[in-house]
Amino acid sequence: MEILVCVKRVPTVGGRIAVTPDGQEVDTRMSGFSVSPHEECAVEEAVQVTERLGGTVSVLTLGPEAAVEQLRDALALGAGRAVLLETDGREFGPIATAAAIANEVTSHGYDLVLLGNEAADTGDYQVGIRLAHELGWPVATGIKSLSVSSSGDGLVARREYRGVEEAYSLPLPAVITVKEGINLPRYPSLPGRLRAKRAQVERSSPAWTAEGLRKEALRVPSSSKHQATVLGHGVDAVPELVRVLAELGVL
Amino acid sequence: MTVLCLVELDGAAPADASLRAVTLARSLGGDVGAVLFAEADAVPGAALAEYGVTDAYVVEPAGVDGYAPQAWARALAGLADERGATAVLAAGTDRGNEVLAHLGAITGLPMAANCTLVTPDGGRTHRLVRHRWAGLLLEEAVLEAPVALFTVATDSVAPVPAQAPAPARVHVYKPELAEGDLRVRAAESPAGAGGVSLATARVVVGGGRGVGGPDGFAPLEELAELLGGVVGVSRVVTSEGWRPHRQQVGQTGTKITPELYLACGISGAIQHIAGCAGARHMIAINTDPGAPILAHADYAVIGDLHQVVPALVEALRAR
Repeated sequence: MEILVCVKRVPTVGGRIAVTPDGQEVDTRMSGFSVSPHEECAVEEAVQVTERLGGTVSVLTLGPEAAVEQLRDALALGAGRAVLLETDGREFGPIATAAAIANEVTSHGYDLVLLGNEAADTGDYQVGIRLAHELGWPVATGIKSLSVSSSGDGLVARREYRGVEEAYSLPLPAVITVKEGINLPRYPSLPGRLRAKRAQVERSSPAWTAEGLRKEALRVPSSSKHQATVLGHGVDAVPELVRVLAELGVL
Repeated sequence: MTVLCLVELDGAAPADASLRAVTLARSLGGDVGAVLFAEADAVPGAALAEYGVTDAYVVEPAGVDGYAPQAWARALAGLADERGATAVLAAGTDRGNEVLAHLGAITGLPMAANCTLVTPDGGRTHRLVRHRWAGLLLEEAVLEAPVALFTVATDSVAPVPAQAPAPARVHVYKPELAEGDLRVRAAESPAGAGGVSLATARVVVGGGRGVGGPDGFAPLEELAELLGGVVGVSRVVTSEGWRPHRQQVGQTGTKITPELYLACGISGAIQHIAGCAGARHMIAINTDPGAPILAHADYAVIGDLHQVVPALVEALRAR
């Protein structure tokens, strides 16, 4: 089973998030970088499938040279091959991103492509679906449970929606986008880290193209930040709390 | 001028998230056509008309049976073409984002996910504001396309009825599907938990690291039941395996829009705030008066949830 996992380098935002003075980027002077929890789970899921059925996990990212850090993180977790689609710093839109990934999928040949349901930063919710249409493959998104058949020719993907479980049976090859909760990602092992450090990274530079949706500026939402009215301390506050609940109309 | 809005049903009524999308659709000017996948006699025409829908286009199960995202998108593409729609939108739900992304791929047009404001700016241009980082940042953007495709953030635009509603006309639409459109289709079965869904609950009682472990949730469950709500949790709770991931509120969990969010022992990491900022009112119970959650809550009780919550349960039972 040849599996490709697509990850994206994004700032690790902690207590607050700020934008650069020109309003174009997240201010990353004080932050590290990581991939989103959805994508960590995608890597883990792919490794688990190949542990069971054999095969190789390749990990791909589209981003700057620095994104090699995120590829090595995935290699340390068990991916065997890494591909950097190197950008010149410009933000690729979802159409160009899907086209660049499709190019790699077609030239290498995969049975399954896993992505996170949405990128943590841009939240476009569409790269996996656009990729599937480029390839002519079936796609299921937001998946929280995946079982690949032992023959390797199909899978059943599940998610929950409004209290109903949805099961999707797909033939392979297919594209699946996953959500956090599908598994608990492992911690990298020491041998894994050492292997990741030495691994080769394959590189290419896809073409950037303009898209119909153009970012003008980012801003932090005008905050309704205030300090909460303290109703009291400990159990002594309970009568006041009950009064407020009644006032809010939830009793 | 016509804009089309995918409307999802919650039981017999339009889903709350869809009414928010319809409210935004109305602000674009022109006729608002709702597109539903249901039996024609199950279309909640009066409820839709109240929110300013002028026409309801219904795709019956004979056309597309069940949830098949690519087939739903194909139907929207056909209708948009037939009606000369200038915009097609949906609620920013799992289904709404998925169907609109398929529509973007089918038509080759850009799609803007989770918008909070969209304004026509002449010709093929719309100016918009959309969520990034699940709403922790806003992006101001320009969308240039013959048909504007976008979804509406589920926790930002309030659903507002129209001022002078008129009855909605109901049309049955038979889509022309392409090969492969029905290849991916949901087989649906009731999920384990059942009951009130976190996304639509009127009251959510939140539990975080302060709950202390998997055994600490019983008083929170009891309180949630008394308030007719459900329990939601922070990311640390699910990554520790104390509670299932489906109960997680936050950027990588569920976004909630309750009347009241009662956050117990939750410090308030921004990824959690991204999931609960749509709550109408927020009360925090926390031992730390400096916890970030207090900057987002309306009210706070400074104290240990293990004492405050059982005492609150007792007080509510005594009423």
